[in-house]
Amino acid sequence: MDLSLVLHIMVAAVAAGTPFVFAALGELVTEKSGVLNLGVEGMMLVGAITGFIAMAKSGSLLLAVVSGMAAGAAMAAVFGVLTLTLMANQVASGLALTIFGMGLSAFLGLDYTSFALPGVAELHLPLLSDLPVIGPLLFSYDVLVYSSVVLFVAVSWFLYKTRAGLLLRGIGEAPESAHALGYNVIGIRYLAVLFGGAMAGLGGVYLSVAYTPVWVEGMVAGRGWVSLALVVFATWRPLRVMAGAYLFGGITIAQFHVQGFGIEIPSQLLSMLPYIATIIVLVVISRDQQTIRLNSPASLGKTYHPENQ
Amino acid sequence: MKSMTQHVVAGLVCLACLAAFSLSAVAGDKLKVGFVYVSPVGDAGWTYQHDQGRQIMEKNLAGQVETKFIESVPEGAEAERVIRDLAKSGYDLIFTTSFGYMNPTLKVAKMFPGKYFEHSTGYKTAKNLGTYMCRYYEGRYLAGIVAGKMTKSNTLGYVAAFPIPEVIRGINAYTLGAKSVNPDIKVKVIWVNSWFDPGKEREAAEALITQGADVITHHTDSTAPVLTAEEKGVYAIAYHSDMSKYGPKAQLTAVTHNYGDIYTKIAKSVLDKSWKSEAIWNGIKEGAIKLEGMNAAVPGDVVALVEKTRKGIAEGSIHPFQGPVKDQSGKVVVAAGKSMSDKELLGMNYYVEGVQGNIPK
Repeated sequence: MDLSLVLHIMVAAVAAGTPFVFAALGELVTEKSGVLNLGVEGMMLVGAITGFIAMAKSGSLLLAVVSGMAAGAAMAAVFGVLTLTLMANQVASGLALTIFGMGLSAFLGLDYTSFALPGVAELHLPLLSDLPVIGPLLFSYDVLVYSSVVLFVAVSWFLYKTRAGLLLRGIGEAPESAHALGYNVIGIRYLAVLFGGAMAGLGGVYLSVAYTPVWVEGMVAGRGWVSLALVVFATWRPLRVMAGAYLFGGITIAQFHVQGFGIEIPSQLLSMLPYIATIIVLVVISRDQQTIRLNSPASLGKTYHPENQ
Repeated sequence: MKSMTQHVVAGLVCLACLAAFSLSAVAGDKLKVGFVYVSPVGDAGWTYQHDQGRQIMEKNLAGQVETKFIESVPEGAEAERVIRDLAKSGYDLIFTTSFGYMNPTLKVAKMFPGKYFEHSTGYKTAKNLGTYMCRYYEGRYLAGIVAGKMTKSNTLGYVAAFPIPEVIRGINAYTLGAKSVNPDIKVKVIWVNSWFDPGKEREAAEALITQGADVITHHTDSTAPVLTAEEKGVYAIAYHSDMSKYGPKAQLTAVTHNYGDIYTKIAKSVLDKSWKSEAIWNGIKEGAIKLEGMNAAVPGDVVALVEKTRKGIAEGSIHPFQGPVKDQSGKVVVAAGKSMSDKELLGMNYYVEGVQGNIPK
């Protein structure tokens, strides 16, 4: 394998991993507050079609991003009302949200099936993009990929360097204690759930507007579920979530290259490889029981009743 | 004794008449024709072409038929329910248009012996169940000629769904077509193990382009490979539908499926009670397979060569799998002067010379 091929795989891996970065970081924040939302796939789909329609109608990427995020957040709000206000079971509500999102996105997209958009051009940064190796590797993406990196930094900083982030994590650990200290647990969990929805919606927009700029029913194709798994296997740590996303993308791309070279490995096995390898790597680097306990939100998935305190 | 036999025979004949009458009792009214689709109709792809066929049939038989389609029906148990519901609600001719509908269609056909069923791409037939498909490989051969003439790197990329004979036949026919005009051709195949995943189709197309392929074709359902080729500035050959609006510069041509005549013929045969259980396999000769959306960049002599070959296939003087055909190991699979039989075509499970890699087992 020559250098340019390795470089190509790395560049393609970042693009392939970006939808996971968006959706998994959003879910990470939601789960850190103690809420498990299994509706990521559905929120991504609704975000994807809403962003797609906005882009098709207006041609404005900003509008597509804003409306896709709003749609994802609106889906998450439905989930929030069910689980936080009405105290429904989180697992069941999340699954229902996914099924609802699949149907709703198909319905919204009726008039747009197989409709194609021009896509989003890569940013060309003067000088930087022309550097050998570094140029293509770091400075050859579209604006959404860069914003996923910015959001990664922002989420990491928020969770671990700010008071609000500490509070969010505290609520995920011990909502009763936070409540006793006078914090509005339900309100903060709502914000975390909405943020998760908006990020999932943004992941969907990236898929339908930039990555494969065409709308087809069910185009998220399981990426929401992969994002959920990434959060768990990365033991709720942003850097590992991002590394896992790029690793997953990288192996997906690499296995296609292996096939293209005609190397004799069954393609069915290769198709499994991204899943297996990502799980193994993340489990191995996060195998320490102590760190798992430290990082996994203790109240994850448990319904919280403030009046019972 | 003799008169007794006569009575029995007469009785049986009457019964048969009665049965036939009850079968065709509805024919006086409009014939209700139902279609079951595996994906949304959209505006390109496998299901879109079936729906175009439905519309053409409806136009051809205006006033005599009434059609209805149900889209996005998953293969398996759900399909059986949908097909049964159609049969129950007065649909006398039902087309099921995906391979995975084979067993459900057969099951429902047995439950409703008085109705007619037609299943696309399957191999199981029954007294009231026929099958139909197109000789997609004939179009692939023609497309291969275009690709073989237009490539500069002599490397063609093929994004494929699942390693079943239908897909392998297409890859081989494409390769043979390309090699007929350019013996140095290599065809690289990437299997995505999905009929439909735009993300994966794009990633596979991109990998092929990076590895030097400058003409991309696909046997998957989305427009993503054509879109990717357009974005990366290489050529593409579309499948199922004309996708030139997705890749105005990229698309060299498209191998299209045209079911209008097949649907019209079958519905007509039900109307005039001449329907038989058949395995229809139409190709270029019957107009079921066409090349559409030829790019202006394709030179006139190539277009003329394609047209000449098309005529040859239609007349039967050219067969895409005309001997000598060698497999990858160089073994002759079709001897010189012979061409492949339909049975051999249907069971194809090897690559011909020129395709790289191995078929996943």
